[in-house]
Amino acid sequence: MNGNRKLLNKIGSFVLFMGPSLFAFTCVLLIPLVYGIYLTFTDYSPIKMSYEFVGINNFKAVFSDKEFWQQFGKTLKYVLYSTIFCNILAFLLAFLLTGNIKGRDFLRAGFFTPNLIGGIVLGYIWKFLFSNVVTKLGEILDYQFLKTSFLTHPERAIVSMIIVTVWQYAGYLMIIYIAGFVSIPQDVDEAAEIDGATGFRRLWHITMPLMVPSFIICFFIIISRGFMTYDLNLALTNGQPYGSTRLAAMHIYQKAFQANEYGIGQAEAIIFFVTVAIVAVTQVLLTKRFEVEA
Amino acid sequence: MKERKGKLKYIRYVLIYLMLIIFIMPFYLMVINSFKTTQQFVTNPFALPEKIGFGNYVNAFNKMNFLQAIGNSVVITVISIILILLTSSMAAYFLVRHPWKINKVIFAILVASMIVPFQAIMIPLVSIYGSLNLMNSKWVLIFMYMGFGQAFAIFIFHGFIKNIPGEMEESALIDGCNKIRLFFRIVFPLLKPVLVTVLILDVLWIWNDYLLPSLILLSPAERTLPLSTYNFFNTYSVDYAPLMAGIVLTIIPILVVYLFSQKYIIEGVVQGAIK
Repeated sequence: MNGNRKLLNKIGSFVLFMGPSLFAFTCVLLIPLVYGIYLTFTDYSPIKMSYEFVGINNFKAVFSDKEFWQQFGKTLKYVLYSTIFCNILAFLLAFLLTGNIKGRDFLRAGFFTPNLIGGIVLGYIWKFLFSNVVTKLGEILDYQFLKTSFLTHPERAIVSMIIVTVWQYAGYLMIIYIAGFVSIPQDVDEAAEIDGATGFRRLWHITMPLMVPSFIICFFIIISRGFMTYDLNLALTNGQPYGSTRLAAMHIYQKAFQANEYGIGQAEAIIFFVTVAIVAVTQVLLTKRFEVEA
Repeated sequence: MKERKGKLKYIRYVLIYLMLIIFIMPFYLMVINSFKTTQQFVTNPFALPEKIGFGNYVNAFNKMNFLQAIGNSVVITVISIILILLTSSMAAYFLVRHPWKINKVIFAILVASMIVPFQAIMIPLVSIYGSLNLMNSKWVLIFMYMGFGQAFAIFIFHGFIKNIPGEMEESALIDGCNKIRLFFRIVFPLLKPVLVTVLILDVLWIWNDYLLPSLILLSPAERTLPLSTYNFFNTYSVDYAPLMAGIVLTIIPILVVYLFSQKYIIEGVVQGAIK
């Protein structure tokens, strides 16, 4: 009798504390995820009355869809370059902004500003800059390269995406790198200085290895955000010109909601998910190997 | 040696301020051009406006239905975040204080779910909620944010609560305090530093989110600020000048908040990333 009441009590508090949280989580994440895997084996479409089980046909369709893989490749390229340049810039900014520098908080706040603003608005700001301001600058300087807008050029439009992404996230990653610099114990660095290590060697042999945790976080953030980029893509280029900047996330959106191919779109989304997971986990494992104890 | 150090310092300042100028140049150009006519903007985007008129702003304000959009954004952001903070902190507390097997499994699932990109959920989400006729409602959207916000918030709260000793709670329980009151009287106030972290990261996410609301909120009356900006640009793409005023209008509210809370925001981003 007593045991029963105790169990009831336990279940009661479980429902009270965990209920709302688990209910929402299950309804919007778990169920759609499982149902989504089921959808990949059907030819479901919202404009049809009924749908059928089609086995792995959707995956076959995706694997033979050249356009998808081209855009997937473009996405990988975009993520790779954004990751490299954003981290270099962020690290440099953090390096310049650590230690005694006047107006430090003001400067940090300034570099962080783009992160307060959503991708839609950032995309439109840069659309003006690329199509009106940069071209004008080209005219004034009489510099041919800048005279035509980056956004109308199939090769260079993706560069504009990378530029904006680097600009947007550099301040974010900078803040994480600054926190990393600050957490390096002073005595290790001082000891190396006394031993006669020069500035550059100290940076390379002492600071960098101790910064590995920051590198892991920063790479992870920009890689996962890069893959999911949609708003910025939509506002800045909308996949143009000639579909040359249609990144994977946009491709999936259009497959599902414009072509009404839910099954194929979802199969792409699952492939996308698996790729993101593999890249993110590999990155963390690879960088972890460089980790040292202070 | 000393002279060299002084020179280096000088170079450092020049370098950093030069970079800052390049960084915030886009915003400066937006603001100065938002006061011009389209013609003036196209002829010379670098010149200062001849006179400060607010015509573009009035135009953008009306066409964007600015008040309605910002109202929707505020309601959705505030209610979603209150719900996320309350439910996830309670769940995290329960998970820490009751290390049952099932709770460990639940926590593992929550943590693992953080790697799922939204694109993997979006199609089934639309098809399920669409067939249940639950689209086009702010309340459904708020419920979705509540669901999507759980994993990260629980993860952060879990890490924090783990380090709070449980003795105080035990003595309160012996005194006959019930569990809910105990949580809100004793535990919740202790969570303040992490509450701020989760709050800030969630504001930045929900306030600026475009994709999810664009899938759920279909009628113009429900539009949030990013949706209304998108719509404004697609409808009036020929006349540039009011568009730029529209951008400035959209940015102002969050910049004002930033001005007063930048320290917390930056600290919150660091804390959220490190954990």
